[in-house]
Amino acid sequence: MASGELTSKDYITHHLTNWAVGEGFWTWHVDTLVWSVLMGLVFIFSFRAVAKKANAGVPTKWQCAVEMVVEFIDGIVKGTFHGKNPVIAPLALTIFVWVLLMNLLDLIPVDFIPMLAQQVGAAMGHDPHHVYMKIVPTTDLNMTVALALGVFILMIYYSIKMKGIGGFIKELTTQPFNTPWLYWFNFILEVVALLAKPLSLALRLFGNMYAGELIFILIAMTGIYQIFGLHFVWAAFHLLVIPLQAFIFTMLTVVYLSMAHEHH
Amino acid sequence: MELVIGLKYIAVALLIGLGALGTAIGFGTLGGKFLESAARQPELAPSLQGKMFIVAGLIDAIAMIGVAIGLYMLFALAPFAS
Repeated sequence: MASGELTSKDYITHHLTNWAVGEGFWTWHVDTLVWSVLMGLVFIFSFRAVAKKANAGVPTKWQCAVEMVVEFIDGIVKGTFHGKNPVIAPLALTIFVWVLLMNLLDLIPVDFIPMLAQQVGAAMGHDPHHVYMKIVPTTDLNMTVALALGVFILMIYYSIKMKGIGGFIKELTTQPFNTPWLYWFNFILEVVALLAKPLSLALRLFGNMYAGELIFILIAMTGIYQIFGLHFVWAAFHLLVIPLQAFIFTMLTVVYLSMAHEHH
Repeated sequence: MELVIGLKYIAVALLIGLGALGTAIGFGTLGGKFLESAARQPELAPSLQGKMFIVAGLIDAIAMIGVAIGLYMLFALAPFAS
């Protein structure tokens, strides 16, 4: 970058770098934090506004939309969760709408907000080439692993709460072979399966969103005339992936928590 | 150094290609079974379609992880072809 000329590799790596503050273990990806909190606040305030002014007789259009989402999540949880827990449905709603909102940020054209950030950074005296901003939090592995870790902690908490520590260990050592000789073998298999769940949750969401964003960046490099057609096609496909990934994350969360609640 | 760059490209190609292979076979089987069941019992088609998307997301997962890692290797990991 000392030459002042922007190569394609520089463009791509510039758009794939987070706004990191600090170094080593204590690196904060400030852009991920800010955008995820912003989307959380958007979700909370918009849904709360509907809840306070809920009108059963003549609903407004926004109230209808919110009701549709809540009924959708209600159907999913009722059909999948076979325990008694008042936390599961609000948790599922939060995960679904929050992940959906964060994924939707991917549809904003790649250069818009980073360019704004660069102007702001230049006005504040920083070198514009080193102002990085990635606006989609779910393309940051930290965000998706944080979500999956939360689900993992809940899984273990509810397993131990419902079955007791003894019951939890028993479940880990007696499936699938119920002989004392193979308890250790069962334990290894079950621990791997247990760890695979949050890991696959995190990586699935990250992989889908990262690949989508990267292809948007690559299309942005092909030239001003090709952009309109290609961006539209890929955005149309991505419009399918975005709610699908949010739905799958929610669905798997409910399924895992349901499995944590059941006794044998 | 060129050897390492060349190997990097081959690695990315294997990662994405083999993932795509398994996923394609999986989706083909899934879609075929769904169409069969929907033809046998059309009244179950909407419910089966929801479940099909869930399984589709699970099938897609490992392949997408491979794609993400492959693209990351290609664009953000040295050495780069100059």
